[in-house]
Amino acid sequence: MAYEPVLIPHVREPQAFTLDSYVQKSRGYTALKQALGMPPGDIIEQVKASGLRGRGGAGFPTGMKWQFVLKDTPKPKYICCNADESEPGTFKDHVLMERNPHLLFEGCAIACYAIGAKIAYIYIRGEFMHVQHVLEAELKKAYDAGYLGKNIFGSGFDCDIYIHRGAGAYEAGEETALIESLEGKRAQPRIKPPFPAVAGLYQCPTAVNNVETLCNVPLIITHGADWFAKLGPEKNGGPKLYCISGQVKRPGVYEASMNTTLRDLVFGEPFAQGMAGGRTFKAIIPGGSSVPLLLDEHLDAPASFDGVQKAGSLLGSAGLIVLDDTVCMVWLAMNLLHFYRHESCGKCTPCREGGDWLYKLLMRVERGEGQMKDIDLLFGVANNIVGKTLCAFGDAAATPVLTTLKLFRHEFEAHVREGRCTLPAPWRAQGATLAHAH
Amino acid sequence: MSFHPQMEYAPARWHRSERRLAEAGEPFRYTPENQAKFDELVTHYPPEQRKSAIIYALFLVQQQQGYVSGQSMAFVAQQIGCTAADVEDVVSYYTMFYTKPVGRIVINVCRTLSCALLGAERVTEEISAKLGIVPGQTTADGMFTLMEVECLGACDRAPVVMINDDQWHERLQPSEVGRFLEDLRTKGPNAVSGCHLCVETK
Ligand SMILES: Cc1cc2nc3c(=O)[nH]c(=O)nc-3n(C[C@H](O)[C@H](O)[C@H](O)COP(=O)(O)O)c2cc1C
Ligand code: SF4
Ligand code: FES
Repeated sequence: MAYEPVLIPHVREPQAFTLDSYVQKSRGYTALKQALGMPPGDIIEQVKASGLRGRGGAGFPTGMKWQFVLKDTPKPKYICCNADESEPGTFKDHVLMERNPHLLFEGCAIACYAIGAKIAYIYIRGEFMHVQHVLEAELKKAYDAGYLGKNIFGSGFDCDIYIHRGAGAYEAGEETALIESLEGKRAQPRIKPPFPAVAGLYQCPTAVNNVETLCNVPLIITHGADWFAKLGPEKNGGPKLYCISGQVKRPGVYEASMNTTLRDLVFGEPFAQGMAGGRTFKAIIPGGSSVPLLLDEHLDAPASFDGVQKAGSLLGSAGLIVLDDTVCMVWLAMNLLHFYRHESCGKCTPCREGGDWLYKLLMRVERGEGQMKDIDLLFGVANNIVGKTLCAFGDAAATPVLTTLKLFRHEFEAHVREGRCTLPAPWRAQGATLAHAH
Repeated sequence: MSFHPQMEYAPARWHRSERRLAEAGEPFRYTPENQAKFDELVTHYPPEQRKSAIIYALFLVQQQQGYVSGQSMAFVAQQIGCTAADVEDVVSYYTMFYTKPVGRIVINVCRTLSCALLGAERVTEEISAKLGIVPGQTTADGMFTLMEVECLGACDRAPVVMINDDQWHERLQPSEVGRFLEDLRTKGPNAVSGCHLCVETK
């Protein structure tokens, strides 16, 4: 049976983002209405039973995260929706917010009700201004229609949603850094514990959830935990959005169940339809730039959290970056280390200094000025970042180096031996200035 | 300082938050409209948490005068109820704040992997050659500033370019750069393709 999209069913249709469309073509705010008739504890139980795992990167069970939120406290509680979406290769929350914003608002409101919060902040990256315009206009309509605000559906439950704009910082996607940023500081992570569930935003109990995670919540309420769990393999239930980019024929966001294999996603007719320009597949980064590479032999793994992990990588943010045979792996590592070096928040030394050091070593090897001992040094520096930092960014920054060295060490050695890049591609910078000016 | 004995610290590229104290700028205050906007935005946060509005406060400054000057940081500090150092702390962290004047049109080319795979480096080179500036610089006529930025969250439309902080141009091919710049020059930021998801304007 063909898979029927439930997260982004109408997004390509005109006016899909409007409240009218949400009410007429989807369910309107019926899941919120239904949820407000249930005890909050039952909602958490239902989300737990569905097995919903966070879509932001870590795959942590959402129901459990909500259950940990401190209950007996005089303090207010908060939902923070993580709409920072900055992981290279990831652009799914973009579609959800721009084309189906009411699903997110409904999810936020239900999440608030479940944990006993009255306010949800949607932390959206500063570069998504065109998305924010849509969110703001539609939010106002939801308020005017009485789906948000005071005494929703006469239940006595009040809920406000505010949109908070970021200003350009990948690290603001890390949950405690996001909270710091929301408090008006630099986006630098906090030392855990205490976890946000105990002391988060303004030191109050807080749950931070990804956009796609929250968008799944109304679907669970409407269709039931069982329906949700059965959509995918065990422990990997529900619909999933995949972001496919790179050198494929049809890049884009595709919704599928997690039974789908990586090969289907890259080569399948309903998905990316294979390599562009008749070229050959070389490797894939299956979960945003922070995860290890996989090769052709791994493509038959299901694109689920557990399936990709078993294949030796991580599903992460489900950003599939597909690489063809023109990609030099030293260049790839250099490109990504430029990103990590630039985005490090600077709080821990191994990440701040190590990222910079790796980048410079990679530049040297890529230019053909490296020595064999630089390759060992790369390995040594990267390994000295892993596990020694405050947040997962450090491991992520070391990953592109470790994974390319593991699978394509011969390319590094060829660079050193021949004293030049052995795979210069026409789509890369041609002049020396730009290629190496950073 | 770098860890590594044989390497100097990465050659510092022009960073948006690099600021010289001399650039204190003119005395600053919001226009009445911006003041009203700020006063409304502060209400989104608990009364004792005005500092949460600092990013919005700084964006309003930047909309009003194009960049964030020393004087405007002092003004924001006073609006928020924090020190000017607190404000500078924030300004210097986030990449979207400019601490010196930029061109009327800022061209932000995404340089991260998915865009680079489809020619973003070539796009930057073409723009650079046509305008005679390298990333981080502004043309002499004050029209264009060229920037390289990291992943913009639209990798399926690579190479992606953001104009100023709100307009998008998708799938910009290196061969189209000449025409694109001409369009920007004559039509302003509205010359962009916009986001493909917004099918209403297509
Ligand atoms: C460096 C770093 C960047 C992150 N960026 C994002 C992001 O852009 N969006 C996101 O939803 N989660 C991001 N995360 C994951 C969050 O920390 C957090 O796990 C997530 O928001 C939790 O939501 P979920 O349980 O719904 O997935 C990032 C984590 C790290 C360490
Ligand atoms: S690992 Fe990097 S990004 Fe994370 S806290 Fe440390 S310095 Fe900041
Ligand atoms: S890599 Fe350019 S938008 Fe993601």
